[in-house]
Amino acid sequence: MAELREELKEKLIEQLSLEDVEVSEIGDDDPLFGDGLGLDSIDALELIVLLEKDYGIKLKDPKEGKAIFESISVMADYISKHRTK
Amino acid sequence: MIREKYYISDFCVIRDKKVFKNGTEVYADSEALSVKDFAKGIYKFLDLKYPKFHKMDELCKLGFLASEVLLKDKEKVDQDTALVLSNQASSLDTDRKHQLSIQDRENFYPSPAVFVYTLPNIIMGEISIKNKMKSENAFFVTDNFDADFITLYSEVLMNTGKATNVICGWVDLDNDKYDVFLAFLSKKGNKELTKEELNKLYKQ
Amino acid sequence: MKKVYIVADNIISPLGFSTEENITNLRSNCTGIQKVEDDNIWSETFYGAVINNDKLSKAWEIISENSDYSKLEKMMLLSLSKLLEENPQLDIIKSGIVISTTKGNINNLRGKSDEKAYLSSISRTIQKYFKLDHTPKVLSNACISGGLALAIGKRMIQSELFEDVVVIGGDLLSEFTLSGFFSFQAVSPAPCKPFCKNRTGISLGEAAACAWLSSNIENVTKEAISIAGDASANDANHISGPSRTGEGLYISITKALKEANLDSDQIDHITAHGTATPYNDEMEAIAFNRAGLQNVPLNSLKGYYGHTLGASALIESIVARHCLINNELFASLGYEELGVSKSINVIAKNQNKELNRVLKTASGFGGCNVALIIEKEVL
Repeated sequence: MAELREELKEKLIEQLSLEDVEVSEIGDDDPLFGDGLGLDSIDALELIVLLEKDYGIKLKDPKEGKAIFESISVMADYISKHRTK
Repeated sequence: MIREKYYISDFCVIRDKKVFKNGTEVYADSEALSVKDFAKGIYKFLDLKYPKFHKMDELCKLGFLASEVLLKDKEKVDQDTALVLSNQASSLDTDRKHQLSIQDRENFYPSPAVFVYTLPNIIMGEISIKNKMKSENAFFVTDNFDADFITLYSEVLMNTGKATNVICGWVDLDNDKYDVFLAFLSKKGNKELTKEELNKLYKQ
Repeated sequence: MKKVYIVADNIISPLGFSTEENITNLRSNCTGIQKVEDDNIWSETFYGAVINNDKLSKAWEIISENSDYSKLEKMMLLSLSKLLEENPQLDIIKSGIVISTTKGNINNLRGKSDEKAYLSSISRTIQKYFKLDHTPKVLSNACISGGLALAIGKRMIQSELFEDVVVIGGDLLSEFTLSGFFSFQAVSPAPCKPFCKNRTGISLGEAAACAWLSSNIENVTKEAISIAGDASANDANHISGPSRTGEGLYISITKALKEANLDSDQIDHITAHGTATPYNDEMEAIAFNRAGLQNVPLNSLKGYYGHTLGASALIESIVARHCLINNELFASLGYEELGVSKSINVIAKNQNKELNRVLKTASGFGGCNVALIIEKEVL
């Protein structure tokens, strides 16, 4: 799980162009949206694509994303349970 | 209708790995290997702390950086400063990226972060957000920088009371070839606004 | 300042190839949105408003033997040809021309040569076809392009650059835009339902249209309908998400009203943008409330045409002109129950009503907004 969390942090920085952010600066339980990393609505949509492309998870309702993308820990937990690749 | 004299108070050119303000070179990076690297160099040189910059496509980065150079040391711009930009390739540089992501039905992953930049007027959105300019915007596509039309339309905006100042120019990117020119038009300045003068500054 | 009249127009859409045919279909609450099975656009069926290729070819053959044009070019050339045919007094050579499109021939990116994907290729095509001595200007300003092009035409006339301006708008329903809106989770699985509680997103459409603007009252043959006010403002908030306060739209509306010297209670009808995405319609409701327009009968024509991007605000303005001439209001198709947090007066059924002033608004990516006041002159 720790490995998946690290992997997700790297992917987030890469996919969401968070150039000024280091992997070590993202806490496992930091909120990704709002006051945390400050991600926005386009980032949320991009994370939905990431789930599908890299882990074969297709969300039935995009609104589910809000809970899944709460933090790196929550995301990693969800992916490990639902991944198809 | 009021017809006043307008002036070009400042201008910025980004071309051939160099940045000029009012005709003077302010930054150069002959080593830059890509538009992305070149733009990042300017960002660092300007000492900007603006994480949104990294999310922009290269066309927006170039237009945004030119606006930062142009507006540096300027009094605050606001609701009355219009944006009138133009180019030749529209957003084709990013359009091609989006097209690549949907070319293969077996590997079909369009990216929202790419798609949102497949409109040229997004540059004006980015500049407006940074400077809180709730103003008039228009983006035109022409084969070459049309100083005649851009001058006329900028004057139209100021004559009809739609704006007191105009940031106008050309922000083009097509397969790594870029050409950026922005000018600040207002009632103050030492160069009178004419199409010839605007074209001369563009071609300098 | 000179008055600028909309004196003639044409619409090429799934609802017909003349304005009359379009208006008749709107009056019958017919929609152009249908289930589409076209592998060139999408691998699965989807709801959209597409122009039938055979019908377009037949209409095209009547005006030209040369079939070497793209679908969008045929639509736009046909639209302008019809306008010129019906209005022999319009001198296109002397007129200013503004072309409004967001993506032009974007399908040409799929091929080996993407020369036609450059937006200026459309203006050169129009220039050649009508033997113009100047290349028309292309305006590409996201989903407000069609409305902004009308505003720009009006301003050019008022600045005495031209006596007449023709605005031509058009966009296709392409795989390019559809895939993008799908990635935004913004496409409705059923025909779109603007302002409705059950709305889930947009339906895309394709269309072309043109309008002739003139300051010469002698060109006015029907009721005199003018653009009495116009304004555009950026939200300066987010590049894709609509402003939560409706800021840019509110500024646009108040500035347009001010230019027209009107108060909000003098507006008889709003033809809104109404894309049917949850956030867009909510934003519009907030802006209309802030402007004191919550009781004005309002519709979105997206339920009839889908979202036709660079053509949409132009078509909706043309329809507004005819609503003013005919004193009628069209039902906001797809609407069942109010689904925005602020109260607005969505038109549930067609109505006949004396109309004098219509507000047309549009909003788009990049945070852009435009408002036009279209007014009937009491002669």
